[in-house]
Amino acid sequence: MRHLLSTKDLSRDEAIAILDLAEDMAQAQTREVKKLPALRGKTIVNLFFEDSTRTKTSFEAAAKRLSADVINFSAKGSSVSKGESLKDTAQTLAAIGADGVVIRHHSSGAPRVLATSGWIDAGVVNAGDGTHEHPTQGLLDAFTMRKRLHGEASRGKALDGVTVTIVGDILHSRVARSNVWLLSTLGAEVSLVAPGTLLPVGVETWPVTVGYDLDAAIAAKPQVLMMLRIQSERMNAAFFPNAREYSRQWGFDDERLARLPEDSLVMHPGPMNRGLEISSGAADSARSTIIEQVANGVSIRMAVLYLLLTGGAA
Amino acid sequence: MSTYVITGASLPDGTTTDLFVSGGVFVDAAPSGARTIDAAGLTALPGLVDLHTHLREPGFEQSETVLTGSRAAAIGGFTAVFAMANTSPVSDTAGVVEQVKALGDQHGYVTVRPIGAVTVGLDGQRLSEIGAMAQSRAQVRVFSDDGKCVSDALLMRRALEYVKTFGGVIAQHSQEPRLTENAQMNEGALSGELGLAGWPAVAEEAIIARDVLLAQHVGARLHVCHVSTAGSVDVIRWAKARGIDVTAEVTPHHLLLTEQLASGYDARFKVNPPLRRDEDVLALREALADGTVDIVATDHAPHPLEAKECAWDEAAFGMVGLESALRVVQASVVDTGLLTFSDVARVLSTKPAEIGLLAGYSTPFAAGSPANLTLYDAAARTVFATEHLHGKSVNSPYLGRELPGRVIATLHQGRPTVLDGALLEPQEVARG
Amino acid sequence: MTARTVLQQADITRALTRISHEILESAKGSTDLVLLGIPTRGVILAERIAAILNEIEPGCARAGALDVTMYRDDLSRNPTRTPSPTQIPDGGIDGTTVVLVDDVLYSGRTIRSALDAINDIGRPRVVRLAALVDRGHRELPIRADFVGKNLPSSTEERINVRLAEIDGLDEVTIE
Repeated sequence: MRHLLSTKDLSRDEAIAILDLAEDMAQAQTREVKKLPALRGKTIVNLFFEDSTRTKTSFEAAAKRLSADVINFSAKGSSVSKGESLKDTAQTLAAIGADGVVIRHHSSGAPRVLATSGWIDAGVVNAGDGTHEHPTQGLLDAFTMRKRLHGEASRGKALDGVTVTIVGDILHSRVARSNVWLLSTLGAEVSLVAPGTLLPVGVETWPVTVGYDLDAAIAAKPQVLMMLRIQSERMNAAFFPNAREYSRQWGFDDERLARLPEDSLVMHPGPMNRGLEISSGAADSARSTIIEQVANGVSIRMAVLYLLLTGGAA
Repeated sequence: MSTYVITGASLPDGTTTDLFVSGGVFVDAAPSGARTIDAAGLTALPGLVDLHTHLREPGFEQSETVLTGSRAAAIGGFTAVFAMANTSPVSDTAGVVEQVKALGDQHGYVTVRPIGAVTVGLDGQRLSEIGAMAQSRAQVRVFSDDGKCVSDALLMRRALEYVKTFGGVIAQHSQEPRLTENAQMNEGALSGELGLAGWPAVAEEAIIARDVLLAQHVGARLHVCHVSTAGSVDVIRWAKARGIDVTAEVTPHHLLLTEQLASGYDARFKVNPPLRRDEDVLALREALADGTVDIVATDHAPHPLEAKECAWDEAAFGMVGLESALRVVQASVVDTGLLTFSDVARVLSTKPAEIGLLAGYSTPFAAGSPANLTLYDAAARTVFATEHLHGKSVNSPYLGRELPGRVIATLHQGRPTVLDGALLEPQEVARG
Repeated sequence: MTARTVLQQADITRALTRISHEILESAKGSTDLVLLGIPTRGVILAERIAAILNEIEPGCARAGALDVTMYRDDLSRNPTRTPSPTQIPDGGIDGTTVVLVDDVLYSGRTIRSALDAINDIGRPRVVRLAALVDRGHRELPIRADFVGKNLPSSTEERINVRLAEIDGLDEVTIE
């Protein structure tokens, strides 16, 4: 695999292979020495044009556990904030000798532009581009679902027939997109719930069912309920009247938690707005996978970095 | 004086004939001492007229100048271009438009007719000195805030009423700003997948609908720039059926390219209005054939490399198009059987000149008419490459694509600007 | 190139039985034997050897698998490899006698990787190596403690090990 830019490009077999590899990585984390030497001598650059503590540290941990050297590059205070272009930044990295670049950018498509530009030779991992995709998030979410559903017998399995409902700002969510493509590739049945203003034009062409009523969605007893974060900017741009109305209609509160089946999973990609799209009770319940999503993120990212950075010419 | 005999040219009506040029006009008989231009196998078209070009000078000379833009036009077969007003300073005073015209005349490759801004600074707040520009040496007749929409209904009404008095025309860039804030590409299933903010068709159609009704109400003439959707075509067709005095243009790229090209986030395909769907391309081709859309205009929009070699939403909107226009028109509507070269002469020369009130193009090839013509080899086929671009910028969506046709020669008011497929040097073309 | 059978099923069974007795003898009575097979066929051999050991001395041996993909020295030179699962038996390897088991011992690089992997997992008291076939051509200073058969070979020849659990029959051929 040369780059990981989207989950749309992954076949079912490729996706399962990544999840299985993440199992091996997770297992290595239980050893006395958690490091694996597979990427010794390789340099990975975290190129983050958007602020992010959790994703960046997750990639850093993953890279270091594979014994790679990590260079962190954030936009704030760097030459980028002084107007240096993506092209010049990329060429600086190439000159430093980056073998892999993990890029998060506010523009949809920036990782693809970087990967296909010819400015660098390195493998490119998309850590989130605009509202387009966040493939490692989709992968760790699928891994989390699989692990909770099948436990130790997860290897080789997909998510056929698993019912997943994603709730929130689908229009602006790269996590939603990555999840929709990957989950349907893995055989899951995906449905979306959102106000009419937060669904993209053309969503009827996506492999999902669409609804506007969260209570109806919960009554259908989905095996997985994934809540997406509502950003405060949306409240000022006429997408819905105010936070109170949003929370009342589409917020996952304790009362809705009680109506969700006992063995259903509650997921959230983080960071959460406690009290807005998800209540504290729901976030901290036993059904919530929010903390293990973080741990699984490191395993998934180790798997992805391993696949991108090993494998030269035969 | 320059005299030419052009032998064996195929006219748009299909007949083959010799043409004679002397003293800057067509004449009936072969002048003595004339230089011969062999046009066997070539189609002779009247000099093309582009009603919508961005020459970028003054202010954005890193992208294009009047000289380089004129050269790009000439190699594309054009002998006249209307230069849009979004320069810096904006072409909203007599001084700026006279400067642009003077530069065009001085370089001599094409006749440059400056377009005047509708509003001061393109701000959409106050009308600019339309009268002064009309009376200046530039004799401006076409006014446009292109790049931006005159979105305020009252201001648009006033502008239409104002230019009516001297037969001028407002050329509207139809884009409702509130529906297209930060829009990047056509709004549809693809934009939703790619995570790029959408530019919905209704934002264009709603403005056109409003404007044609305003034009009807005040009895003025309206011109619609770069029509891009099937819905817009429907509105214009309806308006014309009611006798409303509206004309419309389509760009070559909207006759050939669709939004699918945005899938790889290559910003060469980022343009305003955006590339749309197959249905829109087909509707526009038919509209050009049946006259609902009157002309083809390039919207030639040069940009420097760094404005396109970046993430999509950081990139500038626009494509260069002067050099490729005739070839793309051939590929999209002539080779597909919808238009003949006679129609091409109409949509790329006679009619744009008529809309822009540009004299000298109403009777092509007739004795006494200014000798503006281009000789075109419709049988040629080459892959479009940077060597075919002669402006300052290379942001063309056709690089690497095979296109038919090649301009072999262009004469501007009886003086050659292109011969044997190559541009003449500025010293040879410039008037004193 | 025709394949020549060098070991048949009975030969393999005899070799594994002999290796098992040799392991027990050298273990001098300790009952903490951990047979770690190197995937894929090493794992099967480790299970067989453990079964034989437990028949002789019940409870003395446990079998597992040790995947060494992450420790290879050629990860950047060859196409990406998919690792197999590593299964360390309950109780771990600290203080135990670990016997690495592989089907063919050749350059020694796989075993070098295995030693590095073991290092990150725990600290055995002693590590031994059992190989069904030793074909020579060592590139590192590695030697096997227990060998089923020494098979001098040229580097142009291929040695194929087939085991019933995977391949439907037991045999070792050279071609």
